Amino acid sequence: MIGQILIDGITSGAMIGLGAIGLTLTCGLLRFANFAQGEFATWGAYFALLIAGALGGAAPLGPLTFGWPLLAALLISMGLTALLAWSLDAVLFRRLRRHGNAIVLVIASFGASLALRSAVEFLFGPEPYYYSRDIAMTLRLAPGMRATADQLVVLALALVLMLAMHLLLARTPLGRAMRAVSENPDLARLAGIDAARVVRATWLLGGALAAAAGVFLGVTVQVRPAMGFELLLPLFAAAILGGIGSVPGAMVGGLVIGIAEAAAVPLAGAQYRAAVAFVVMLAMLLVRPRGLFGGRAA
Amino acid sequence: MARMGVFRDLAGNRIVHTVRADATAKPSRPQRMLEISHLSRRFGAARAVDRVSLRLPAGCIAGLIGPNGAGKTTLFNLIAGSLRPSEGRIRFLGRDISRAPAHRRLAAGLGRTFQIPRPFAAMTVLENVLLAAQGQPGERPFANWLSPARVAAAERRNIDRAREIIDFLALGRLAGAPAATLSGGQRKLLELARVLMAAPRLILLDEPAAGVNPTLLEVIIARIRDLHAGGVSFLIVEHNLDLVGRLCSEVHVMAGGRMLVSGTPGAVTRDPRVIEAYLGGGA
Repeated sequence: MIGQILIDGITSGAMIGLGAIGLTLTCGLLRFANFAQGEFATWGAYFALLIAGALGGAAPLGPLTFGWPLLAALLISMGLTALLAWSLDAVLFRRLRRHGNAIVLVIASFGASLALRSAVEFLFGPEPYYYSRDIAMTLRLAPGMRATADQLVVLALALVLMLAMHLLLARTPLGRAMRAVSENPDLARLAGIDAARVVRATWLLGGALAAAAGVFLGVTVQVRPAMGFELLLPLFAAAILGGIGSVPGAMVGGLVIGIAEAAAVPLAGAQYRAAVAFVVMLAMLLVRPRGLFGGRAA
Repeated sequence: MARMGVFRDLAGNRIVHTVRADATAKPSRPQRMLEISHLSRRFGAARAVDRVSLRLPAGCIAGLIGPNGAGKTTLFNLIAGSLRPSEGRIRFLGRDISRAPAHRRLAAGLGRTFQIPRPFAAMTVLENVLLAAQGQPGERPFANWLSPARVAAAERRNIDRAREIIDFLALGRLAGAPAATLSGGQRKLLELARVLMAAPRLILLDEPAAGVNPTLLEVIIARIRDLHAGGVSFLIVEHNLDLVGRLCSEVHVMAGGRMLVSGTPGAVTRDPRVIEAYLGGGA
């Protein structure tokens, strides 16, 4: 049973981690909690639904329930959602940053979240969609440890994206500039960094990763208008657990939350699953508000 | 002269060319490096900087002195772009930069250091210096994926240049150390290194001698002279009048937000208005 909890927890934790990277980066750079982050995942999932539908049905790849159209749709959806995140900043947050304070930005992001979710519900209706009607066969990995091929592929893709993001931050000039702006925006400008450009890049990256999380969630669960909103609490818990502004922290935080949620089902009952993220977040804020990886105090 | 050679290498062609251009222009018309006219900055009702005008010729080492609260640091903040002026204009190398953001001013060749140096503590010394490299293709979101070879080549060139600058400022052994582990004096050198990475024409130094041990201070003075010989101009805020006398060809005195006197170090320190400003506690 422990093996099953681990594999389920790691798979959903990897998706939480992907979504939390964008959240922790924008929170670290712009000093505000973006409540619309979950909606990027929703929109990413629906973008992929439309694109995969337009590309037409192709035979599923091996034991998977989906074929190449969904993989192509994933890439295109990441690009579109990146643009959505960027435009939300350009239309809304950038103007408010100039005049308003953090509270104004948080409330605005809450409004944006409601608007984005309602738009999805208006366009697609409240009923859930699936990328495929095929039945996902489970594979036996070890005694008492089963996973679908979909889960394993999604997990591998999520880990690849996390690694790519980590390398971008640690090894490239853009990552260096992002770390500098996150540490001290005024000083970064004086050190010659175009902070506005770094902020734009952060929205693009955060949006793209959230879209991937949404598509992966759609593959392993279902596509629903509220999927991103329900992801929001785990995202915040993961970002706070790892330390605001820390990308490795968001990844590890996501995995911890995912495993804790999966463990809660047999231990406390499925109805308490959603409460776990909340409890972890509260405990972390009380005990160690800077997070495991020493980010900014949340 | 050997030191100057080092600087020429690390500064690249840009500085060497501009030195030549300045040298040929000098006999007829000395080029204006910085031209400030009627610059003011209000905080509420108070004017921290009050209609200050200042002209610096190319190739100068100028001092800016005055009692505490005279507005020297506010003036630096206005010139470097940390603050916007309430009124007045700043021209740098003939261009109006009064409203330009700070990173554009550094790109144009105008760098500054702080009285209390502020490194990016979590980054290494080398990374701190690399931040200021200009025109890095790898700072664009897509270049890292679309043209990784070009990004890598630019990064290698920048790392080589950053290492030369770090060696030039006697920080060579510390290149890989986190900036948080540096002493106060070493942090001053690191700030200078970061500014040099942008190949500046004018450097604003805020109290380079404050909190620096005498040995390190001699290194800083020697490097300022090397850089000056390589064509870089300086404006230095400093309370150590001995240092000002040794380095500066001209001194500007501020008091109560206004420009009080300008002249040679000797003349200025004997000026009764300056003595009055220091003894009388400002305006």
